[in-house]
Amino acid sequence: MADYKWPAADKRYLIGKSFTRLDGPAKSSGRAKYAYDANRPAMCHGKMVFSPHAHAKIKSIDTAAAEKMPGVRAVVVMFDVGKEVLWQGQEIVALAADTEEQARDAARAVKIEYEVLPHLVGDVAPEKAGSDHIQAGSEAKEGDPDGAMKSAEVTVEGTYGAAVITHCCMESHGQAAEWNGEKLTVWASSQNVTGIAGELSKALNVPASNVETITQYMGGGFGSKFGADTWGPACAKLSQKAGRPVKMMLERDQELMEAGARPSIYAKVKAGAKKDGTLVAWDSESWGTAGPQSGGNPPIPYVMRAPNRRTKHTAVLTNTGPGRAWRAPNHPQCCVITMGALDDLAAAIPMDPLDFFLKNLEFSGQQAKSYREELLKTAEMIDWKKKWHPRGQLQPGPVQRGLGLSIHTWGGGGHQSNCNCTIHPDGSVEIAIGTQDLGTGTRTIMAIVAGETFGLPISAIQVNIGDSKYPASGASGGSTTVGGVSAATRRATVNALNELLARVAPALNAKPEELEAWDGRIRVAADPSRSMSWQQACAKMGATPIAASGQRTLDLISSGVGGAQMAEVTVDMETGVVRVEQIVAAQDCGLILNMKTAESQVYGALIMGVTYALYEEKLMDEQTGRCLNPDMEFYKLAGLADIGRFKVHMMTGPGYDERGVIGLGEPPVVSPGAAISNAVANAIGVRVPTIPITPAKVLAALESAPAARRA
Amino acid sequence: MSDEHDGRPPDGSLPPESTLPGDANEPEGFSRRAFLKGAGLAVSTGVISTEGLLETAQAAPAAPGNVAGPGPGPITLNINGKKHSLQVEPRVTLLDALRDYLDITGSKKVCDRATCGACTVMLDGKAVYSCTVLAIDAQNYEITTIEGLAAEGELSPVSAAFVEHDAQQCGFCTPGFVMAVTAFLKRHPHPSYEDVTNGLGGNLCRCGTYMGVREAALEAAKRISAGRA
Repeated sequence: MADYKWPAADKRYLIGKSFTRLDGPAKSSGRAKYAYDANRPAMCHGKMVFSPHAHAKIKSIDTAAAEKMPGVRAVVVMFDVGKEVLWQGQEIVALAADTEEQARDAARAVKIEYEVLPHLVGDVAPEKAGSDHIQAGSEAKEGDPDGAMKSAEVTVEGTYGAAVITHCCMESHGQAAEWNGEKLTVWASSQNVTGIAGELSKALNVPASNVETITQYMGGGFGSKFGADTWGPACAKLSQKAGRPVKMMLERDQELMEAGARPSIYAKVKAGAKKDGTLVAWDSESWGTAGPQSGGNPPIPYVMRAPNRRTKHTAVLTNTGPGRAWRAPNHPQCCVITMGALDDLAAAIPMDPLDFFLKNLEFSGQQAKSYREELLKTAEMIDWKKKWHPRGQLQPGPVQRGLGLSIHTWGGGGHQSNCNCTIHPDGSVEIAIGTQDLGTGTRTIMAIVAGETFGLPISAIQVNIGDSKYPASGASGGSTTVGGVSAATRRATVNALNELLARVAPALNAKPEELEAWDGRIRVAADPSRSMSWQQACAKMGATPIAASGQRTLDLISSGVGGAQMAEVTVDMETGVVRVEQIVAAQDCGLILNMKTAESQVYGALIMGVTYALYEEKLMDEQTGRCLNPDMEFYKLAGLADIGRFKVHMMTGPGYDERGVIGLGEPPVVSPGAAISNAVANAIGVRVPTIPITPAKVLAALESAPAARRA
Repeated sequence: MSDEHDGRPPDGSLPPESTLPGDANEPEGFSRRAFLKGAGLAVSTGVISTEGLLETAQAAPAAPGNVAGPGPGPITLNINGKKHSLQVEPRVTLLDALRDYLDITGSKKVCDRATCGACTVMLDGKAVYSCTVLAIDAQNYEITTIEGLAAEGELSPVSAAFVEHDAQQCGFCTPGFVMAVTAFLKRHPHPSYEDVTNGLGGNLCRCGTYMGVREAALEAAKRISAGRA
């Protein structure tokens, strides 16, 4: 009989090896169909009209002219007259026409009268925001921060932070909707295929059993695509009115204005240490904006919890698109703040930051041991001890080189998930979960887990996901998907296998508990010569397939990971241009199912990290209240030539594997900003306080600290 | 198409190479020469010089056959070796014609402004941003989309290298990258690491698959030359 628990290292058939992703061929040949690609018979195209103002009362909405425009088949007003829009890009009217061009023309014909109201869009500190625009957040105190700060032999003060960025998913938000009588089918670009079906049913007052949502492929979410949003129900209503399918995807400008923002967080920090490098005190006042609502209380100080500390946070409420969860919500910003201040503290002692962090790891909590291993590993990978130089030791010439490090954490765990498994008499195997593959490789790890249980190659497993008709599963957020689906798949497939073993045991003259599945055969574990092929075994079940199910249980998964990253940069002191030469990363995430896609997650996170560290910022114009860069020309993402080189090391083996499966999507994206910021400080001898580290900010930092400039 | 050819279609319309994804090694796309030639053509028909404009205005009788729109008109596109006749307004881009009118959806719409390259297709073997080429201007070219690189169920050498090197996550930028790499390798069959890094700057990815893209491009170059040998 098979056991639920993950097999030991020497008993693994597939787990931990490298597999190319199952849906790779469909994606790389352009055959994969995303929500944006849904083309239904006689389909109309939807467009939204959105507010050009950051803050305004809607005085009237006149759609009469738009309704008479050529090709228009339906108009839905999404916003009440008399209510206030709170950001530019807020959606007011949706309409559908036969062609996309007609829909765009018709959108221009909608007349909306606004009473423009005062706005705040600037990413400003609370004292500049005004009392209407601030909301007190958490205040906390631990130990004796004042006493400890007084007794500290070295203290530093500084301001650190990270600006607002957007999600900028390649596939914008949106969906196609089609009614068939009372039944609604929605192809959505979603991180939550099961959940949005329920959300749509509620919003439209349709029985949940009549709603099917489909997300076979989706072009990026990063935390911005958990809900049906207002455009989901609006699209379904348009389709109902038009009597035709309607596809409505956000255009790029609206996507960047309102469909995803990572809140800014800034902090004034004072930190203190003893001369021997022992961290003793932390005091910070932080703030930031997540649009018209609070972005939550940030985890400051991050990872390195000084024993005596005081923290205070204030949310600044602005008329900008609301913040959404952005890959490891709040962690990258708090990492920049904390690791930056601690790096400055190490420099002030003065001390090699690697030694400083190693010395103070006791303050990092339960993961201190893995942080130590990861810091030492990355130091070896980048040759830290040879390459590192004290801050401010400048070389001849304008280009300076520097090293920086950072550590990070994330939870993981696994969301509730259900899996159905069917073994057919012909030997074919199906598994189904109402989950979605965001590009992390969810399909592939499900096949690996099933193949592991059955002793079959992943090509033998038919994986069915991306449809709300499959067994319910959670949203892909918080790096909880791999835990949820792998545990559910393991339990469902083990249940199915045990039923098969019970049926074939008599033919092998053995008890079911003596049997195992390995390499395409069912065999007696103690005497592998007594065996039959998988096909022969399945043929014995008769005409009725074996159907089994499984739910995620906590014994197969775990939570809490760590990682260390080190960056090497060059900075041109004359132009202020920063180049990332390389980043090395060591990351743990428990038992790794697919080494290839695990490494890809980390590589991708490092590249995304370079992008937000150097290039990305959602720029708002206080004068007009408008976003200055709602396009991909001026909202900058790094290209191939901008990124440098990367090395990734996944922590595996004893101490890691036995923790079970833990999610990986988020943690590695936390540290790059901090590691790069610290490397820049090491290179030029002065801190560039906030990310993105643009050339202008580098030059301003050099200007403000002339002592740091080469004599 | 040789590098000497300025890519102007027989009907004399402006070449769409101005939408070529960036290639720092060989800026043949938005070639100054091609632009000036195009401008020269325009001058001769009175679009740029005011003098010419007057002349044209006086010569008035606009030949209706040369004027398209604003309503839909018939066009024929030669896509992946097959002719498609369709009715589109002249403002319809090649990308929208492919996706909305012909259900050829491998080319993706992302920035819609010639920045990200997700819509990359080839016109006569050269990579262009199909979001910034009008469908009517793409007539008389051989248009290759990602679907034309290999039969359904098969993979081109570049697509196969993308799979093997995991040069894709969400996959939305991938078809455009595959097209850009395919066109790039036609002109640079033996690229170095630096060639690849600098030559594929016209495409953007959000998930961060560039590590795999670099490896896939180098690997595909090897496979293609081995196949030719």
